[in-house]
Amino acid sequence: MTTRLELERLRNAHFGPIDLMLEPGECLAVSGPSGAGKSCFLRAIADLDPSQGEVRLDGRSRNEFRPPTWRRQVALLPSECQWWNERVREHFDDPGALAVDVLALSPEILERSVARLSSGEGQRLALLRLLANQPAVLLLDEPTVNLDEANIGKVEAVIEHYRQEHGAAVVWVSHSRAQRERVATRELCFPVAGRRR
Amino acid sequence: MITLAAPDLMLAAGLVLVVALLSILGRLGLARDLLVAALRMTAQLLLLGLVLKTLFLQTGFWWMALMALVMLLMAGHEIRARQKRRLSGGWSFASGTVSVFLSAFSVTVFALLVIVQPKPWYEPQYAIPLLGMILGKTMSAVALALDRMSDGAWQQRKILEQRLMLGQEASEASRDLRRDAVRTAMIPIINAMAVSGVVSLPGSMTGQILAGAEPFEAVRYQILIMFLAAAASGLGVFTAVWLASHRLFDGRQRLRLDHLAGRD
Repeated sequence: MTTRLELERLRNAHFGPIDLMLEPGECLAVSGPSGAGKSCFLRAIADLDPSQGEVRLDGRSRNEFRPPTWRRQVALLPSECQWWNERVREHFDDPGALAVDVLALSPEILERSVARLSSGEGQRLALLRLLANQPAVLLLDEPTVNLDEANIGKVEAVIEHYRQEHGAAVVWVSHSRAQRERVATRELCFPVAGRRR
Repeated sequence: MITLAAPDLMLAAGLVLVVALLSILGRLGLARDLLVAALRMTAQLLLLGLVLKTLFLQTGFWWMALMALVMLLMAGHEIRARQKRRLSGGWSFASGTVSVFLSAFSVTVFALLVIVQPKPWYEPQYAIPLLGMILGKTMSAVALALDRMSDGAWQQRKILEQRLMLGQEASEASRDLRRDAVRTAMIPIINAMAVSGVVSLPGSMTGQILAGAEPFEAVRYQILIMFLAAAASGLGVFTAVWLASHRLFDGRQRLRLDHLAGRD
């Protein structure tokens, strides 16, 4: 599975217009001050907010996909992940297949009540939950902001491994310059110079 | 039957005044609301008595229809007013009005045509009390359902969007929200049925018995009204929840909080 993501004059009231061609396996680091529209940019690609312009996956327009199919393919990891059921395992279709150990989590965590997850544990589990959908494009909104040094490294390794193995394109919003230099193959700095409406 | 005269009602009103006075002495801040509501109730019911008296004299279909329309619009207005965080534009009024119209009106017309069968079927003596009872209960239920939908969508916005992000259909992502709205809206009528006759004596039955009706006759009417009100509430609530979820989520299954008006 290798998929190219294409944005053509994508914009809404908060950002853009942005033209972008992201090849399979590329990782685009997005930086810029708070409020510059980085999160809105990711939300617009995932079709969570209305936007103008075109988004294509391997030349196929977003409008040809049913929205749930699109969001499984173009997966957004928000900086604050949510859990709505009582137990952690109820959020996974196939909890047995999860490699929780790669993120230094013990299998016991699946039986836990979501009220007892720390923010760091929640964030790592949310990444596993997202990857279980086998997305072609990852949109990551500060995925390591709640993690300590050791876990930052593990999360970066898991994403790197997924990107290599599945040829996934990644858009990674990060405030850390060191992190952007570690993970990115390209960079984009907000606010993007362009005509504002 | 013992008829009530104006002095009798004034004695009862005196009791309310006593409560208002106590509230003023105790600085409880209740007096104003209590007195305004009492005055509103008196004026509205006297006016209704006048309207009914006129209507009963001339059984015209269009007069009945006009009365029903006024009741419908008042219900729609009241539903809108009872919501903390409502759908913006005309959607709040429209969704409430359409919901009570489809449910309360069709159930009332069904009851008149098929069950009670007065001649003519819109005979005001039967049509107006039936419609009033059913509309009142349905209005409360629809107002609760719409309030839970709009306020709940706001409260649970992060969870709703998280579920969409993971590729759930909007109908699946909003299942808990819709279930909660239906439940909250239907609990009062379900509870009312469960305790009626044991803890509370329902109003219409009490009224008929006071007016001298045979108890079993009054009980049968009460049972009929409870069934009709529960059915109309259910249909109204389902319609309202369906309409609200189609406004809260758009054609691309996005959560549209911009379709909610700000909190009053």
